[in-house]
Amino acid sequence: MGILITVAIIILILAAFIWLTYNQLVTLKERITEALSSIDIQLKRRSDLIPNLVETVKGYAKHEKQLLENVTNARSELMGAKTPEQKARANNMVTDTLKSLFAVAEGYPDLKASANFLKLQEELSDTEDKISYSRQFYNSNVLSYNTKIKMFPSNFIAGQFNFKEQEFFEAEPAAKDPIKVSF
Amino acid sequence: MNIYQQIASNKRKTFFLIFGFLIFTIIFGYIISLFFDLGLIGLGIFLIIFGVVTYISYYNSDKVALALSHAKPAKKEHYPQLYSIVENLSIGLGQPMPKVYVIQDPGMNAFATGRDPQHSAVAATTGILQALNKQELEGVMAHELSHIRNYDIRVMSMVTILAGSIAIVSDFFLRSLIFSGGDNDRKSNGLMIIIAIAAAILAPLAATLIKLSVSRNREYLADASGALLTRYPDGLASALEKISKQPNLKNASHATAHLFIQNPFSSKKARNFFTNLYSTHPPAEERIKRLRAM
Repeated sequence: MGILITVAIIILILAAFIWLTYNQLVTLKERITEALSSIDIQLKRRSDLIPNLVETVKGYAKHEKQLLENVTNARSELMGAKTPEQKARANNMVTDTLKSLFAVAEGYPDLKASANFLKLQEELSDTEDKISYSRQFYNSNVLSYNTKIKMFPSNFIAGQFNFKEQEFFEAEPAAKDPIKVSF
Repeated sequence: MNIYQQIASNKRKTFFLIFGFLIFTIIFGYIISLFFDLGLIGLGIFLIIFGVVTYISYYNSDKVALALSHAKPAKKEHYPQLYSIVENLSIGLGQPMPKVYVIQDPGMNAFATGRDPQHSAVAATTGILQALNKQELEGVMAHELSHIRNYDIRVMSMVTILAGSIAIVSDFFLRSLIFSGGDNDRKSNGLMIIIAIAAAILAPLAATLIKLSVSRNREYLADASGALLTRYPDGLASALEKISKQPNLKNASHATAHLFIQNPFSSKKARNFFTNLYSTHPPAEERIKRLRAM
């Protein structure tokens, strides 16, 4: 009788542990999904601004065809990206191409003076700030989820119910090759 | 102390704050009822007043604090930088964006108020908006948003009203004690004693409630979590350097002092017994030192 009660209590505790841990893991994973969707909102806003920018720049700097094409390509890649990893890579490409576009724009005084261009430039830089903040929030959620599924004893539950490690949304890795400057 | 402990402690403090205020109402109501022979009806009236004041302080303290400091809603078109900074930081914290207010004042200060992240507001003076660059303003706002996330605002804004109303009553008693000194008949002697007792109980109670809301730890924690959010502790450090060199705010009062990012009475000239009694913030030098060390 005593043994029976002891076994029952142990089973009960075990069941409660599994239940709680499972629910915690679900909550943490949902937070990641939510955080990713807030990145998506900003990425969408960024892709929406780009065609306007390309049109504006075209009007002033017809010769920068290649550069504008790069921006447009990076944008379509961003729109087609599915996984966080692809999105991060495409987003970094957009950042790079925009950077060179704005650098080249310095050489066109009329373009630089255009109110439309200035407004787009401002909005794009604000969007970039927002992307980096939403990325930070996403990564902190991924960090707490990944820590939870690796830590003892929740790692057993995570393994049983197939909770997989999630990818971070990587910021641009620090420039690997030095930037070449030619005069 | 981490932020989860801080949140729990703040919710606990709110409870004790309301409880302390209830005890105050009962004692105070009882004395008054006894003196004017009102019996239980008098106590009942005071309990109703308690209910109303507590309700207002829980649900409307943000509006009171904003009105006391003459804060006006900031439009996105007029204050684009402030607006987008608050928006961005809210994204970083994953919490709803608080309402943004601006105070027309050349002094430099900012505060957050509300009861939880869903019902919150931040306010900044025009002085601080002019004097700080983007990184510095971001540091200041990250500090304020951390107050919101940590539920510091709930305790801080309730103290504004609950402890503030006790302080007003206590002040009233002290004054009547001073001005009724000449009378000598028995009735007024009895009144004097009651007033003296009431003042003796109320003044420390108000001070205790205010002290309860004040914690240096809270400011350091908000500094630290703000720095974690912006990843740039130097922004807030250099903002604090600029702020601590500024003169006082013109619309500050002791009731709202603890709300601000830096004590609005901090300049050397204003230092007296009262500012020390109500000392609400750790010294700016110490905060800057800790931020620089991060």
